[in-house]
Amino acid sequence: MISLDDVVSLSRIQFGATAMFHFLFVPLTLGLSWILVIAESAYVMTGKVIYKDITRFWGKLFGINFVMGVTTGITLEFQFGTNWAYYSHYVGDIFGTPLAVEGLMAFFLESTLVGLFFFGWDKLSRGQHLLVTALVALGSNLSALWILIANGWMQNPVGAEFNPMTMRMELVDVAAVLLNPVAQVKFVHTVAAGYVAASLFVMGVSSWYLLRRMEVRFALRSFAIASGFGLAAILSVIVLGDESGYRSGEVQKVKLAAIEAEWETEPAPASFTLFGLPDQSAETTHAAIKIPYLMGIIATRSLDEQVTGLKDLKAQHEVRIRSGMLAHEALEALRADDSNAEARATFERHRADLGYGLLLTPYAKEIGKADEGAIAKAVEDSIPQVAPLFWSFRLMVGIGVVLLLLFGAAFLQLCRGRLVQSPRLLKALFWSIPLPWIAIEAGWFVAEFGRQPWTISDVLPVSASVSLLQPGQLWFSLIAIFLIYSSLLVVELFLLRHVIRKGPASLQTGRYQGEVLQNGSLV
Amino acid sequence: MDYETLKLVWWGLVLFLLVGFVVMDGFDLGVGLLLPVVAKSDEERRVLLNSVGPVWEGNQVWLIAGAGTLFAAWPLVYAAAFSALYVPFMFLLFGLFLRPVGFDYRSKLPDPLWRRWWDRALVTGALLPTLVFGATIGFLLQGLPFRFDSALRIHYGAFDFNWPLLLTCMGTALALLMLHGASFLQCKTQGVIAERCARQSLWLGPLASALFALGGLWLSQMRGYRIAEIGDLNSALTPLMKQVTTAPDGWLGNFVAHPVLWAVPALGLLLPLLSTLASHLGLARLAILASGGACAAMMLTVAIALFPFVLPSSLDPSSSLTLWDGTSSEGTLLIMLGIVAVLMPINLGYTLWVYWVARGKMSTEQVRQQGHSLY
Repeated sequence: MISLDDVVSLSRIQFGATAMFHFLFVPLTLGLSWILVIAESAYVMTGKVIYKDITRFWGKLFGINFVMGVTTGITLEFQFGTNWAYYSHYVGDIFGTPLAVEGLMAFFLESTLVGLFFFGWDKLSRGQHLLVTALVALGSNLSALWILIANGWMQNPVGAEFNPMTMRMELVDVAAVLLNPVAQVKFVHTVAAGYVAASLFVMGVSSWYLLRRMEVRFALRSFAIASGFGLAAILSVIVLGDESGYRSGEVQKVKLAAIEAEWETEPAPASFTLFGLPDQSAETTHAAIKIPYLMGIIATRSLDEQVTGLKDLKAQHEVRIRSGMLAHEALEALRADDSNAEARATFERHRADLGYGLLLTPYAKEIGKADEGAIAKAVEDSIPQVAPLFWSFRLMVGIGVVLLLLFGAAFLQLCRGRLVQSPRLLKALFWSIPLPWIAIEAGWFVAEFGRQPWTISDVLPVSASVSLLQPGQLWFSLIAIFLIYSSLLVVELFLLRHVIRKGPASLQTGRYQGEVLQNGSLV
Repeated sequence: MDYETLKLVWWGLVLFLLVGFVVMDGFDLGVGLLLPVVAKSDEERRVLLNSVGPVWEGNQVWLIAGAGTLFAAWPLVYAAAFSALYVPFMFLLFGLFLRPVGFDYRSKLPDPLWRRWWDRALVTGALLPTLVFGATIGFLLQGLPFRFDSALRIHYGAFDFNWPLLLTCMGTALALLMLHGASFLQCKTQGVIAERCARQSLWLGPLASALFALGGLWLSQMRGYRIAEIGDLNSALTPLMKQVTTAPDGWLGNFVAHPVLWAVPALGLLLPLLSTLASHLGLARLAILASGGACAAMMLTVAIALFPFVLPSSLDPSSSLTLWDGTSSEGTLLIMLGIVAVLMPINLGYTLWVYWVARGKMSTEQVRQQGHSLY
């Protein structure tokens, strides 16, 4: 549980909060960049200047959001070193590589070219500028790919092996890390969710213009671009979300059981709990409403495979913790004397449970000699808190369904040419703008909180990953980051609102209503 | 290529990325530092910001790419340096927070108060990173207070502040990056701003050289380390597998042993002066080549002085990290080498293209005419 003078909890809060804050800005960057590419392609192909204005106007909003993404992203890269030093040592040999490639391949491209997107309109040909926009979009999406390869490895650590001599995990199969099935699915699910957020942002803001009959031509065209893109995106989010659930069921049984609040192993196919009140201490779910067979079918795609319940998983964890203790004892002996054949044999037998031994880090000075009380505590720690996972998962899925209906209705009315005559739909779209963000944050919460107590599933627990800092250092950084971040967020939202209210007139092209030149005279 | 050579190559690559960052981002940090010095009006300040407008973001990415590469190639160095320097690196972060938003938000509203506060943020955003980089070099030379236990967990001790050295390092960084920024602005602007920069350069170059020399003097008084005993350099090593003792010539041992290396600090001493001379003669391009070269020479001087150490420990000299025992496994180093060898030429290629497209001078007239589409 969280205590406020404990470096592990404070480091967790700091990383979790800064990561979730960072992801307020990433979805819009991921999706809006492609919407800019579509709009600018229309400009290059048709030569109609309105598409250039569409690109530049949404580009302005893209810029205001983009810089917040850059600002908050650096914090995350730094924190692996500042706050998670043992993690960096223990898995840097594998985890560092996708992070480095993200910097060298993706972020480099995005950052170097984004300046030309804003300042290159008069210096580049139309085709060259479109190329720059496309490369910025490619860069930001590649960035997500490498980050999710890194994150996918934390969920499903393939292609690596512990080296007793260097006391760390080392890369043995780079192809396995790159082609990690968890990473692939997560990548598409995550970027598509970003596309949904950006599409709804453009559609919602355009709806606001349409409701006020402001810049109707401009708003309708923006709406049309976002609506097709968004409908395709929400469909992929849902399909890939299902795939993601399936993959996670294969490799992260604890996460799956916790999301479903499945305490007991049910006979296959297991039922799906639609609603309920999970109770961690009593290990049961009160007032559960269940749909028979559904979960077994989703999670195993079969009728005869079981979904293991949390109680049984805990029993398995206890066995693995005890085996991990033997692994640690053998490791100590092996490091003292490399030629100790007996220790080597014991270590080889139990090495897969080395990480489970590390679950004892907070409770035992010497892991190999932990007492029964410590083992019992470590077993309790070996599953995450169920209720927050249960609820955030349902929140995410519920919003996904609502968004599917909303995008469907919007697309239909648009095709029928009845959009402007549907004020209720337009209002609904405008007020739904925050929904994708809520779903995305809930989704990340499920992914990361559901991996607890591990930073690297089955390999390295959170409690063993931190830098051994002083609580005072953590309080200093937490408070300072909180103050700076909240001020910047207020400023960012204020500027977004300012530019949105001015509309395309903010481009000062002389083509839109209500333009005010800098010397104060109306156009 | 054997593991030993690979480790050596990686020392060069990490250095290349760090030097690349300082040379590239150095001039836009310098422009930020010069903001209150050489720009008197709002329009002039916008000339400064827009002179780096299209390129500063691409310069700063060298830090992100460099830190990521450090993580992959030298995980222990990354872990120990970032966590031991927790508070200074937080200040570095806070400085970096202010830059992207400062550049983009400042000119979005015409309100003078709004702009004045963002100007302050931009100056802070240049000042904090510059000071932290300077201080980090000082702390490296002093050694950081960390040690490893048998599981390679890092433990920390109290800092011992050698203020003359730290202040000299921070002062050198400030003078050098301001000089670099002034050289850049002479290339990218004309008229009164360029003239003011040339005037600033007159004292910045000599100051950077003098402080660098003073740093050398402090260094000659300090203890330095040498490896007394270490395992086979061609094998996987941990920092627990060596013995470190104090070196008779301190950190100057490498220069004493190979006198030809004195050429590097000599360049560090002379290039800032050359940059000043070039600005005085109106040779802006030579001035920026010289100030960029000075950044590289000074950083190389530190790297050579420490070699083969990269992160000395003041708490337990034997826990110091060297290029031999702070690295990733052979496989990871090899893969990362391939990645850098393929990607960096591409990155440099499009970076050059961006600079080519963004060529030409920025002026107050341009700010007046195209104000709404500029920073």
